[in-house]
Amino acid sequence: MGNGYREMWKSLGLDLDAHDQLLQALPPTYGEVYLSQQDRPAAMEYFDFVINEIHGLRIQELQEHKASGGKVVGTFCVFVPEEIIRAAGGICIGLCSGIDMGAAQAEKVLPRNICPLIKSFMGFKLAKVCPYFESCDMVVGETTCDGKKKAFEILNDYVPVHVMETPQMKRERDMVLWREEIGDLVTGVEALTGGDVTADSLRQAIKEVNGKRRALLRLAELRKNNPSPISGKDGLLIEQIAMYDDVERFTLKVNELCDELEIRLKEGKGAHKPGAPRIIVTGTPMAVPNWKVAHIIESSGAIIVAEELCTGLRYFANTVPENGENIEEMLDLLGKRYLNINCACFTPNQGRMEDLLRLAEEYKADGIIHCSLTFCDPYAVEANRVEKILREKGIPLLKIETDYGQEDSGQLKTRIEAFLELIG
Amino acid sequence: MLSVGIDIGSRTIGLAVLEEGRLIREELRDTGFTPLETVKEMLLSLPPARITATGYGRHAAGAEFAHGIITEIKAHALGAVHCCPGVKTILDIGGQDTKVILLDHRGSVTDFQMNDKCSAGTGKFLEVMATALGYESLEEFGRESLLGNPGVKISSMCTVFAESEAISLLHSGRPRRDIGLALHLSVAEKAYGMLQRVHHHKPVAFTGGVARNPCVVALLEGLLKEKLIMPQNPQMAGALGAALAGCQSPEPVTST
Ligand code: SF4
Ligand code: SF4
Repeated sequence: MGNGYREMWKSLGLDLDAHDQLLQALPPTYGEVYLSQQDRPAAMEYFDFVINEIHGLRIQELQEHKASGGKVVGTFCVFVPEEIIRAAGGICIGLCSGIDMGAAQAEKVLPRNICPLIKSFMGFKLAKVCPYFESCDMVVGETTCDGKKKAFEILNDYVPVHVMETPQMKRERDMVLWREEIGDLVTGVEALTGGDVTADSLRQAIKEVNGKRRALLRLAELRKNNPSPISGKDGLLIEQIAMYDDVERFTLKVNELCDELEIRLKEGKGAHKPGAPRIIVTGTPMAVPNWKVAHIIESSGAIIVAEELCTGLRYFANTVPENGENIEEMLDLLGKRYLNINCACFTPNQGRMEDLLRLAEEYKADGIIHCSLTFCDPYAVEANRVEKILREKGIPLLKIETDYGQEDSGQLKTRIEAFLELIG
Repeated sequence: MLSVGIDIGSRTIGLAVLEEGRLIREELRDTGFTPLETVKEMLLSLPPARITATGYGRHAAGAEFAHGIITEIKAHALGAVHCCPGVKTILDIGGQDTKVILLDHRGSVTDFQMNDKCSAGTGKFLEVMATALGYESLEEFGRESLLGNPGVKISSMCTVFAESEAISLLHSGRPRRDIGLALHLSVAEKAYGMLQRVHHHKPVAFTGGVARNPCVVALLEGLLKEKLIMPQNPQMAGALGAALAGCQSPEPVTST
């Protein structure tokens, strides 16, 4: 990224020295993990470009939006309905938090032993290194896991946080609560942007975001083929970019990629060696630039065919029905779609078990790798439920717990290779 | 055909040579600072052979001269099954890690577990403690500790904390061998816990450098209430397994 953006970064209040360090941490990893892949689809060029311009062009777009009076809203969870933010004229940005940055700063306000994702977002904010974060006029938090819930109280000291109460169960009365929360979000976002969420604007937003999800679903469908036409690393990258890129452009580019992949499939071209074990990864979100486990899996000779992650199917597996007559109905339908996400913060979370069994079948997976971030209780504990059901069905499982550090890469590689030997 | 297996571990490098499936040579050396150079020296006197590498240095060897690569898990399974037919579980405690491997009746791996990124309960732990207590060698540490009296308790698993615990026990006048016994017990208990977590089946084979420590063996057998199966040369299981994998591999040898 050129120095042309320095003025912009400065005006955002970034700590330029710390920011330089962050940028230096990015490119070499990206080259090693992504650009070294052989014979990648040509349409990946756009996504490479987006990453290359991660703190450049997209930030400039956000600044232009803000200059014309628009607002930017940050989120940390796929439970926050981006349609509402869009309908009120805001831009929704899924903040990434996938790198160990500003840990020392974060530890001033957080305990040392906490999920790296939480530590990362706090570190980003306190160290002033993320131009997305610094562009946000508001952050929408949720009461999913304890760590995040409490961290939002602290984050609110630095940026206004609107917290949605996400229920812990999925009964009728939880739906009632959640629907009220959605109503409150509408009010909160309207107050911020000064724009109204109208039936028309909401209908439009639902359509657009559905379009994005359908494009991602189309891509996911193509990965059911054997050979899969695209690497899992590229799949993950696109799913990560989905969180913050311009919705319409992104949708277009994903569809263009799918067109190309369809041709590749007809030519019998796959993104991997024939016979490579097909793997599904499941667990906690893998935020940019956390490609560690995906890279180890694929550089050990396997192909990842699906991500049962929030940076993956949980984000786009369902769309919102587009037949809501009026705003209330639309919000009902929206609420239902969101409460359908199967996150480990819910109890019970039988839906995730059913999803995994169905995915294993549909994607003809040879094995499943469960990755949870260290200190993530919901997923680490739920791994037991996953193990139980997969064992019953005879689907091989490897459980991994790791953070953003690289010290355990060697050991992870051994474990993953041994798992591949076992299922191979 | 000759098949050579090399197990490049963090502390030692093992080499096993099979001729038509028969073991004709075994060698064990310290890894040193330049593991690949050490391996090349060990290979020097050998005629062209198929080389299969395992251990944490396997990829480096694969990039330079090995024809095949397998993980430690597979190598240990093959090696242990070869020396101890009928074994159902392998416990391997090496210099820096501990693994438990479960096998089915045909000797194929069904599940495995490795310790965390930490030296607690490994050979490294015992090495640090031997030095802290002033023993000349690991052999002496193991032998002496076996004669210790029970009663001392080491509460920390962490190598650093356990070391300071051991030293303060020493200062409070506890006999060295009693502290040694407690330290060995903490290694045995950690391994026992891991075996239980994976629902191990009997019989259990014990491999890796720590399997040569009589005190750990005795304590573990006490906890398990059964005899452990010990290969004649417990540190060679990985190299032997790699060499066996080489014999099974269909690809011909092209170069060394
Ligand atoms: S794992 Fe749960 S809490 Fe975390 S982003 Fe996904 S839905 Fe939200
Ligand atoms: S990974 Fe787990 S602990 Fe971390 S924010 Fe998500 S749910 Fe919470």
